[in-house]
Amino acid sequence: MSEQLALLPEYLTAHLQLSLLALAMGALVSIPLGIVATRIPWIEQPVLGVASVVQTIPSLALLAVMVPLLAAANLQSIGFLPAFIGLMMYSVLPILRNTVTGIAGVDPALVEAARGVGMTPGQRLFRVELPLAAPVIVAGLRTSAVWIVGTATLSTPVGATSLGNFIFSGLQLRDYTAVLVGCVAAAALAILLDALVFVLEQGVRLRRRTRTVGATAVLVVLFAYAGITFALPYLDSTARPIRIGAKTFTEQYVLSELLAGHIERDTGLATEVLSSLGSTVAYDALRNDQIDVYVDYSGTIWATVMNRPSLGANREQVLREVERWIDETHGVTLVGTLGFENTYALAMPEGEAERLGITKVSDLTLHAANMEIGGDYEFFARAEWEAVETTYSLQFSDERAMDASLMYQAVELGNVQVIAAYSTDGRIDTSNLRVLEDDRNAIPPYDAILLASPQLAVEQGHVIASLAKLTDTISAETMRSMNRAVDEDEGSPAEVAREFLDSTSIR
Amino acid sequence: MIKNVRGSGELSPRTRSRYHNVVLIELRELSKRFGELEAVSSLSLTVEPGELLVLLGGSGSGKTTTLKMVNRLVEPSSGAILLDGEDTGAIEPHALRRRIGYVFQRIGLFPHMTVAENIAITPSLLGWDDERSRARVHELLELVELPVDMGPRPVSELSGGQQQRVGVARALAAKPKLMLLDEPFGALDPITRERLQFSFVRIRKDLGLTAIFVTHDMLEALLLGDRIAVMHEGKLAQIGTPSELMRSPATAYVEQLMSTPKRQADAVERLLDGEPR
Repeated sequence: MSEQLALLPEYLTAHLQLSLLALAMGALVSIPLGIVATRIPWIEQPVLGVASVVQTIPSLALLAVMVPLLAAANLQSIGFLPAFIGLMMYSVLPILRNTVTGIAGVDPALVEAARGVGMTPGQRLFRVELPLAAPVIVAGLRTSAVWIVGTATLSTPVGATSLGNFIFSGLQLRDYTAVLVGCVAAAALAILLDALVFVLEQGVRLRRRTRTVGATAVLVVLFAYAGITFALPYLDSTARPIRIGAKTFTEQYVLSELLAGHIERDTGLATEVLSSLGSTVAYDALRNDQIDVYVDYSGTIWATVMNRPSLGANREQVLREVERWIDETHGVTLVGTLGFENTYALAMPEGEAERLGITKVSDLTLHAANMEIGGDYEFFARAEWEAVETTYSLQFSDERAMDASLMYQAVELGNVQVIAAYSTDGRIDTSNLRVLEDDRNAIPPYDAILLASPQLAVEQGHVIASLAKLTDTISAETMRSMNRAVDEDEGSPAEVAREFLDSTSIR
Repeated sequence: MIKNVRGSGELSPRTRSRYHNVVLIELRELSKRFGELEAVSSLSLTVEPGELLVLLGGSGSGKTTTLKMVNRLVEPSSGAILLDGEDTGAIEPHALRRRIGYVFQRIGLFPHMTVAENIAITPSLLGWDDERSRARVHELLELVELPVDMGPRPVSELSGGQQQRVGVARALAAKPKLMLLDEPFGALDPITRERLQFSFVRIRKDLGLTAIFVTHDMLEALLLGDRIAVMHEGKLAQIGTPSELMRSPATAYVEQLMSTPKRQADAVERLLDGEPR
């Protein structure tokens, strides 16, 4: 708990920055757009239509789609910008719609009176229409504020720090205190913002000076805090820290902390960990220099980045081909292998495997029709799965994608009969699972490899040299025990990584 | 005073000189079409300085459309309106409206403003300073017989009659020489309506305003109008003093219209005499 609370100021500040700046920008776009729509009748329907379509895009997808779009435009595609733009787009509809209905809902008799007493169109808007539509517009602002604060927790996978960091890493590490801290903090922030805007609107409408001044003061302080903390890093002339990426599972959290600790000890440079990135988000971020280093797996690059067929691929050959391809195509450096493989491996409960006499994947062919298979969110969309299915002619009765941390529970409870586990996962042992041999080499080799960004290779060669010292220092057994330590709550990823660095002498 | 105006049809030279600052309005061949419908067709009439002209007619007669064309709330399809010889089409609409007081049928007070802010709206648009506006609001509250301490109250706390008194004060705030009134007392109960009618007669006498007053109420037209213009299906049926219209109605419609108060009075009398209905 105290560990979570120590992170709260950082996450809360980042969350405030994202939400408030997105809300402010959303209002700056939507209110004028709404006003224009009431003045030029034919644009009202198209504008509202587009905003509604944006709203129907699932929020996580809207944020995720910003990454390739911004990358294609050569802009910062990971971190604050994609989250900010996605959230801003998300905030538009409620404010826009309420601006339009608020102004359209003003009594026509009052609009005529405004013209009759001699107001110009501008005076009519600012003195009559906007004040009378204000309660409706403010209701839209409140809806947007609550949505944005909630949705901002989904900015973590696109690399923006937020209260979602508690939730994503907490779910992954089965640390439900962290999840709870994240949820409670986000809910409290949403309620606070909603209440502030409400009190402000009431104060203005009912002409209560203290309420108006009080709510305005608190909002100004919040906006100023968000603005200043956001701008400070840009004003700071010192070099930015080495940024280390991590995908969304235990091993990645441990390795990112391990890399950070190693770099700090070995070079004295400051580091920053961006955790819970989506799988291809991490690689795109690296090749665009938005993170400097992270750990990926040769088979992942082979299958999902290079789009190669995986049938019967040879381990050494894959590694050499990946190294050449990423360098030539994106200027990414393969620093070295870490010394273990983390492959997808089909696994099932030991007892059941024994009963059916299953030891290898080809043994599944007869039984698959009566079995359901579970996998993480990406597995069933990956080339490896297609290769497994066709190589072994497997036809499971159902394929169920779920959170990786729930997958082991699901197979233990018999909700699914087989899972696509990770070979270094500590839970293979704790859940007493049998790993089935990939006897026809359908799944490519998954050597853990250290990748460095083009910029790091050019500008900070000594960091690459330092990282190279980690080559082949972590065995599959070591990795599995570190993963198990975190999963079994024996320590946080940072603590487990520190223990590893303390116990070995890498130089 | 101006008693001689009623029934004379023409202002005496003396009266005219007293109201040297009031305007003459001239409607020339005024027409308004809404799509296929011709709401007002080729209407020509003149309102003398200091005169109150009633536009009388049923719904759809074009009387309100005519009124709204005077301050360009509705733009004419053809024809012209002259204020003291000046073509209103050449004046910026908002500038024109600030020179003309307008009292709305649906009152149209701004609910987010106080009584004082509502009254002072046109002066504030004209850039009067606060001191001058405050004095004017005080003066007008007295004129329309409202308590002078009512200024800071929200308009929602006022009765319908009080609200329309504020509406009249608002129309008068920037000292217009011309007032337009669109069935201003139509929505009020009979007793309140009568009180406001009397107040209005007094205010108009005090200020010597030129006014156009739209109503469908025959009795109101007879009580208030120096002259009455009867409109029927977008056309001017007849214009004249109440007695002229009574004595020599030009059309069957005018005749029928003019006889309604008499018929109603007879019916009331018979009722008082105990005759069965």
